[in-house]
Amino acid sequence: MSEYLIKNGHVFDPVQGIKGDKKDIAINDGKIVDKVSSGAKVIDAKDKTVMAGAVEIHAHIAGPKVNLGRIYRPEDKLFSCTPTKGIERMGGGASIPTTFKTGYEYAKMGYTTAMEAAMPPLFSRHVHEEIRDTPIIDEAAFPVFGNNWFVLEYLKNQEIENTAAYCAWLLRATKGYAIKVVNPGGTEAWGWGLNCLSVNDPVPYFDITPAEIIKGLIEANEYLGLPHSMHIHPNNLGNPGCYQTTLDTLKIAQGIKPKNKFGRDQVMHLTHTQFHSYGGTNWGDFESKAKEITDYVNKNKNITIDTGNVTLDETTTMTADGPFEHHLTGLNHLKWANVDVELETAAGVVPYIYSPNISVCAIQWAIGLEIALMMKDPMRCYITTDHPNAGPFTRYPRVIKWLMSAKAREAQINAFKHKDKVLSQSSIGTIDRELSLYELAQMTRAGPAKSLGLSAMCGGLKPGMDADVAVYNFNPDKPVANPEDIEKAFSRCAAVFKSGVQVVSNGDIVSNGQKRTLWVDVKVKENPQVMRDINEKFIKYYSMTQNNYEALGHHFVPNPYAIEVDATQ
Amino acid sequence: METITITMKNAPALYLEADNITPDTFAGKTAAQIAGLHVHEGNATSTLGKYFEVSGGAGATAADTKIVVKGDVSRVKYLGFKMSAGEMVIEGNADQYVGAWMKGGKILAKGNVTAFAGLAMKGGELTIEGNAGNYLGAAYRGDWRGMSGGRIVVNGNAGSDIGMYMLGGEIIVNGNVDVHLCTHAEGGKVIVKGNANSKVGGQMVDGQIIIFGSIDTMMPGFKPAGEVELEVEGVKAKFSHFIGDMGERHKKRKGQVIYANLYKKI
Repeated sequence: MSEYLIKNGHVFDPVQGIKGDKKDIAINDGKIVDKVSSGAKVIDAKDKTVMAGAVEIHAHIAGPKVNLGRIYRPEDKLFSCTPTKGIERMGGGASIPTTFKTGYEYAKMGYTTAMEAAMPPLFSRHVHEEIRDTPIIDEAAFPVFGNNWFVLEYLKNQEIENTAAYCAWLLRATKGYAIKVVNPGGTEAWGWGLNCLSVNDPVPYFDITPAEIIKGLIEANEYLGLPHSMHIHPNNLGNPGCYQTTLDTLKIAQGIKPKNKFGRDQVMHLTHTQFHSYGGTNWGDFESKAKEITDYVNKNKNITIDTGNVTLDETTTMTADGPFEHHLTGLNHLKWANVDVELETAAGVVPYIYSPNISVCAIQWAIGLEIALMMKDPMRCYITTDHPNAGPFTRYPRVIKWLMSAKAREAQINAFKHKDKVLSQSSIGTIDRELSLYELAQMTRAGPAKSLGLSAMCGGLKPGMDADVAVYNFNPDKPVANPEDIEKAFSRCAAVFKSGVQVVSNGDIVSNGQKRTLWVDVKVKENPQVMRDINEKFIKYYSMTQNNYEALGHHFVPNPYAIEVDATQ
Repeated sequence: METITITMKNAPALYLEADNITPDTFAGKTAAQIAGLHVHEGNATSTLGKYFEVSGGAGATAADTKIVVKGDVSRVKYLGFKMSAGEMVIEGNADQYVGAWMKGGKILAKGNVTAFAGLAMKGGELTIEGNAGNYLGAAYRGDWRGMSGGRIVVNGNAGSDIGMYMLGGEIIVNGNVDVHLCTHAEGGKVIVKGNANSKVGGQMVDGQIIIFGSIDTMMPGFKPAGEVELEVEGVKAKFSHFIGDMGERHKKRKGQVIYANLYKKI
């Protein structure tokens, strides 16, 4: 592989504590190295910002519900198609881009690793086919566990070891990465026309509460010592007053210590926190509770969060929280699609327009930014848009602009139709914090990599790590004259390297890289009971056989990267 | 107003996507520059000049520009696409998307047009002297935002799915219309001087339909609401009044439930 030397850039690397010093980054054979030979190709990064490739911790970018969105929203592709250009294949879609466009857009913004946040296990083959067709970026997928019949039955009897053995089996069968929980118990309850809106609402038939599911899955996660923690979308998403349910959810992690060999410090990752930080009793007195949530997270070090920033766009919401999507279509009367996934989960899809002229949308915008600005430790708070739920991931540069510039926030607040309401229902107008580039690198690189247990591999520029490097046309020595320059700089990189291969040059794709599928291979003690239960459920309930279930082989996972975990001790 | 004439001299073998043929794009350009604008034939991109002879000159702004399209453009799509001002006269038959997404100005199509004319139109006037195809003034596939303003007049007949998801504006068809008139409409007004086929106003929540001729089969979701005398396009007549679609959600305005209104001439 070729050698590269990225010269004279302003380097921001939280892994090594480098805060904008002028430094050369050397690449050889796919890794960051101390030095390279004189034959190395030199990339001039003078007056530019150099960071590790960014890490996406939560996005919906592959699989059946994303594709359902693509199929039932042809209008999302209207006027958003990109023609073939150089080695770039044609792409389309604004909020639910095609797989190719997804890979290209992430890479052009300097993202080199991304997590698909909700994989229905039954459809893992579809998820992996789309991951395979998304070029450049390394990807992994989180299978959903929070409404899975096996999990509900084992945890009802407090059988942590069996739960863990089942999780290990499912991660292997689906080539999954982490334990994802969506509206624990609620999605299953919806099969009975019900929902779980608090952590103590019992799940019908299974007679277990969301609190028991959450605690059990955290314990199973730590029993196995997985690289990532239990990753949760709590109950009661998106409703006024839901912050109380969120606090109840967070409290379940209290006192539980992480156990893993990957340098991960949290036992719970709370995702798209913005959707879970609402006060008020209805849409009229709807208000921000970002302070209450971030106060709690700031104090409790075994929790990490991501923001879920609203970007004020027309988008497509999609989640395994089936009852929520049904509720949403009742609010906006736009088209609704829904799927029930046998013994495992469900999913719904509804288009949504976050209009700056609607006060609730504007307050949601404020809450997302408040969360990022109120979190004291940027290593525990990551920027997401819960793509495509709060906005498309292609808007990250805009979110970065709002976080790095109080002036940009003020301009947006002034543009809202209900400006006064935004200011009275949130504290966004009183926050003058502006994120530094170092904090940005923590929130988009080092932080998410650490939370995912990938800190030895990506998110930093230390010799020995994968050579994932992004070079931005942004000079940190020059004061920002116009906040729009921030958005522009972070939209298109001057250069991006993925595992030592230059994939972007001057904003254009120059290589499709060697994309990998990351998954977690956990060894557990033999557990005949769980194997028998799996066999029985396939015979009795599943519509397919076990032989057709597993995502295996070159067709589904052509370039796997297995992270080995030994939980037999 | 300056007039620019484009004449088809070398008809395409495939369909031509010519979204550049609008007063907005032509404005401020010379005939040679206009001939250099891109068009797509299948997956190949070439120039307007390959197919059309361009003569005359465009005005400084769209409002000052009149485009006359001559020759056989029955394989040309997107004439007047997104136009905001100015005029266009199409002398023969045209293909799909005539005046689609138009915001202002006037289009006169002297022949027939096929589907999606005036799609999601926001303003302006579109007159079709021949027949119109399906989805006139409707929403784009999958979208829920159809025609919201402006006026479409068809002297001949129109096809099916006219005014699907219509939100505002007016469509007047002097001939007959096929099935699925105003499906899902939430506003606007459609006048049909001839007959309508079945499924008129299905899932319609607001807006008006006025039919002078017959309706093949009424939708069961429409409820009789008496007789009214109306003056429509200068004609005074008695109409049977129906409200619907009773199977749908309906908005309230000042405590009153708002229904779609269907009037059929007695």
